[in-house]
Amino acid sequence: MTDNYEIVELVKGQHFSCQRDQSLLKAMEQAGKRCIPVGCRGGGCGLCKVQIRSGEFDCGPMSKKHVDEESRRCGQVLACRVYPLSNLTFEYRPADALASAKQQVQ
Amino acid sequence: MRKGVMRPGHVQLRVLDIDAAVHHYTDLMGLIEMDRDDQGRVYLKAWTEVDKFSVVLNPGDEPGMDFMGFKVADDATLTQLGKDLQAWGCAVEEIPAGELKGCGRRLRFQVPSGHFFELYAEKEYTGKWGVSDVNPEAWPRNLTGMKAVRFDHCLMYGDELAATYDLFVNVLGFHLAEQVLDDNGDRIAQFLTVSMKAHDVAFIMHPEKGKFHHASFFLDTWEQVLRAADLISMTDTSIDIGPTRHGLTHGQTIYFFDPSGNRNEVFCGGDYHYPDHKPVTWMAKDLGKAIFYHDRVLNERFLSVLT
Repeated sequence: MTDNYEIVELVKGQHFSCQRDQSLLKAMEQAGKRCIPVGCRGGGCGLCKVQIRSGEFDCGPMSKKHVDEESRRCGQVLACRVYPLSNLTFEYRPADALASAKQQVQ
Repeated sequence: MRKGVMRPGHVQLRVLDIDAAVHHYTDLMGLIEMDRDDQGRVYLKAWTEVDKFSVVLNPGDEPGMDFMGFKVADDATLTQLGKDLQAWGCAVEEIPAGELKGCGRRLRFQVPSGHFFELYAEKEYTGKWGVSDVNPEAWPRNLTGMKAVRFDHCLMYGDELAATYDLFVNVLGFHLAEQVLDDNGDRIAQFLTVSMKAHDVAFIMHPEKGKFHHASFFLDTWEQVLRAADLISMTDTSIDIGPTRHGLTHGQTIYFFDPSGNRNEVFCGGDYHYPDHKPVTWMAKDLGKAIFYHDRVLNERFLSVLT
């Protein structure tokens, strides 16, 4: 089993690698990429909400205000609380765009 | 004019993971765990505080501030301020003594900015932690982490700052120590005090009501602020900005986040305010320097990342 997963942000096409037990946001910061805005890094402020498109992951605790059960099921989660378990692809779009994408899913 | 509100007494913060939060506020920041209750809340204080607790961590599924409490001179003052708040148009809820362990009855009300505040007159007096009341040593030797000296103030983000100002100044007897004015002369930030401190509570204009920006803790020296910065790196704690100096209040500061994303500040220094002082004014066009005196540029995170 590999210790590093390949991560791709699909909107800007940025690639970076993520270690096991490392959050998606922290991996991005360590790689010097800027495809997700960095806020509190604690699942509280909601700034780093992304749409996971493929891959397995665990989630740490996140504010229910920003990620409800429905969002979580749709893979709309906070990058600071996403711990990849495989290679993973995701999209980052500003918050209002995510909301309309969620309506389309529903 | 003073109305008998003495000082900040406590803040209750919601946290996503109580064990991680307790570790952060005790091991890293140096607060002392004083008690727990059957709601799962954990009570903490800084070592120089004389009452039983100043920070209450409340497990929840959404971080942020439940309320901030101010201690008033005595029970008669509490009763009078409750009437004054109602006369002003504020709904006041009485929380019975003991709902927070060791705290007397509290009057809770929501101010126009959307935040909940409380007044109370009595809390169990436990004395400064780790030093005796008579011939006290300079400090206890078994403090941890940043060794926070006291819970100092909170900064709130919300709207209706003018009505909030009216309530705090004219009903509760706060003074405006510092302010930020926009080009129209409208106040977009107000730093309010009931003491000599540059702020006991502050508000910054924001379209969403009831948002929490930070809870702040006092340190003695700039060297202690730099040491706090070292500890933030050593523990890989999420940093916001600093060490730096504010233009507003001129305090020397560092900002970071607890494990649930609630922002904390530790700071030292800062200006003083007497009741005859006119407010210190910064202009909104210079907001970068007003907030971060050295960089003179705002980071977007400071304005938009809230719980």
